[in-house]
Amino acid sequence: MSTRQYSPLGQLVLARLREFFRQPEVVFWVYGFPILLVVALGMAFRNKPVEHIAVSVQNGQYTQPVAEALSANARFQVQRCDADACRLRLRTGRTDLVVIAEAGPHYQYSYDPTRAESVMARSAVDDALQRAAGRKDIASTNDKELAEPGARYIDFLVPGLLGMGLMGGGLWGVGFVIVDMRIRKLLKRFIATPMKKYQFLAGIMFSRFLFMIPEIVILLLFAWLVFGVRVQGSIFAVMFFVFLGAFTFAGIGLLVASRANTVETVSGLMNLVMLPMWIASGIFFSSDRFPAGVQPLIKILPLTPLINALRAVILEGTSLVQLWPQIVVLSIWGVVTFALALRWFRWM
Amino acid sequence: MPVAIKCENLVKRYAGKTPVDAVRRLDLAVETGECFGLLGPNGAGKTTTIEIIEGLLEPTSGEVEVLAMKWGRQDDAIRQRIGISLQETKLAEKLSVLETLTLFRSFYSRGLEPDEAMRRVSLEEKAAAWVGKLSGGQKQRLAVACALVGDPDLLFLDEPTTGLDPQARRQLWDIIREFGRQGRTVLLTTHYMDEAERLCDRVAIVDHGKVIALGSPRELIASLGGEHIIDFSIANAAGLRELQASDLSDLPGTQSVRCEDGQISLAVAEPHVTLPALLVRLKDLRRELASLTTRHASLEDVFVTLTGRHLRDGGSHES
Repeated sequence: MSTRQYSPLGQLVLARLREFFRQPEVVFWVYGFPILLVVALGMAFRNKPVEHIAVSVQNGQYTQPVAEALSANARFQVQRCDADACRLRLRTGRTDLVVIAEAGPHYQYSYDPTRAESVMARSAVDDALQRAAGRKDIASTNDKELAEPGARYIDFLVPGLLGMGLMGGGLWGVGFVIVDMRIRKLLKRFIATPMKKYQFLAGIMFSRFLFMIPEIVILLLFAWLVFGVRVQGSIFAVMFFVFLGAFTFAGIGLLVASRANTVETVSGLMNLVMLPMWIASGIFFSSDRFPAGVQPLIKILPLTPLINALRAVILEGTSLVQLWPQIVVLSIWGVVTFALALRWFRWM
Repeated sequence: MPVAIKCENLVKRYAGKTPVDAVRRLDLAVETGECFGLLGPNGAGKTTTIEIIEGLLEPTSGEVEVLAMKWGRQDDAIRQRIGISLQETKLAEKLSVLETLTLFRSFYSRGLEPDEAMRRVSLEEKAAAWVGKLSGGQKQRLAVACALVGDPDLLFLDEPTTGLDPQARRQLWDIIREFGRQGRTVLLTTHYMDEAERLCDRVAIVDHGKVIALGSPRELIASLGGEHIIDFSIANAAGLRELQASDLSDLPGTQSVRCEDGQISLAVAEPHVTLPALLVRLKDLRRELASLTTRHASLEDVFVTLTGRHLRDGGSHES
């Protein structure tokens, strides 16, 4: 017999931390995967000095001068081939554009207008051939390439990935974990003790915040060291939105978990919740690209204001005060889902 | 002796298209210091009953008192003084034995040191082992240790040895007996007769949500009238009708006759009186014995006599 006191909250948090860090695969998905995404996408969309354009010139009487004119510019990768081969190359995406030269000179361009590379190839090839044919440009131009930190795709991507991590962490780290404990009857076992229910929920929340901090720090540090992504605004504002986002998605995770008692149910619910936001909330590309009609809907999804706010702070240095609409939307989501979750929550 | 648990008119109805009455007007009184067993087949309402007493389920109607307190009014005070092992709990696999016990200990304002709880269930050597690496018996001992760590006055064990091998079962019995030796109360459910007979001071046999018999195992067995059972079967006798209970019930010392599936069981007070008479009777009836055994009567016989059914298909006699 002893009356020594152990802190239940401390023990619950400690148990969650131990369980988490003793599962290497989970640690990888939480901390390693976002880094891999940054590396992969950062490389795929790095600002390439010269974009090559693949052009096929169909064999015929007038092929020679066309091929020579294009080959003069290193940007064009020119192949000569017969009509059938040309069509096949175009259809399979190995060439962007097929040029058929006729008397005149007359050039017929064959391409798929829905492919951005093809449209660009058509305009670049036409430009080159017109100049070769003697066209003179009237206005003078010069190019200034945009490659400064803060305006590249990687800069756009990092806040999106932060938001995605916060969403996934809330749903997996709170929702899935609780349902798993319910299935294992561990929730029931816990409430068979004098444990206070709020201690349990606080323990889950607190450990979620603890897991999240390295996740955010690692991603921001990596993006800064490897790609030079800088936070223009205040770190305090970034952390404010990180915590607000974590709180909101923990609430949503708790709501998703409030009744589900099978892995299938909770996985389905989690996908149902996350999929619209993965697609529409602007993780990988701006949500402004969706039609105006659905914009109001997209704007009230919780991930949209989170990512928009993180982007504004990180890329433009916007202050917290200016981002009050995002703060309001996120807070409403967090408070409402928490309230509903606590009301509906089943311990067994 | 003060009463540790009192149930009166307990009813639990599960709503649904066809409502199920899991517990129907069940009365129970468990005294302080006794080891009390709820014995019955699967689906008899044992788990529902014990979970109502544990405060995990709400009864549809009826009164429950635990340690002279009531659920809904003194929940925390009750929880501080009871220990519970549920029928199936999968404790966190990646926590060690010591960590798990420390976690459970933290919920109680007083209790055993986690080391002491480990010692009581002989898991000291596994202190640092992850729960996922324990054997079934070790896991079950840990579950009991989690129930003991709050140093309870009253211990609830729902099917504590189901699925365990004989050695692991005996280890658990020792732990439960040791707990009882300190004058504390145990309520357990089981569908193993031998467990109830060896462990319990008193047993309530539960069937269809009601207590159909109550007493010490010895009293219940004695209520059969004969503490011995003669089991026998008859070699295939072509052209002769099957033996009826009435052919044998007048044998000297015979309290009851049960015929099922070609097996005939006589409950008798003194086998050495009944046996010779039985052999003579069979000879008169021109029947030949295929098998014959005598044994002590068990709670299984009590249950079969009361309900005409077996507790568990295939039986579960360990010895």
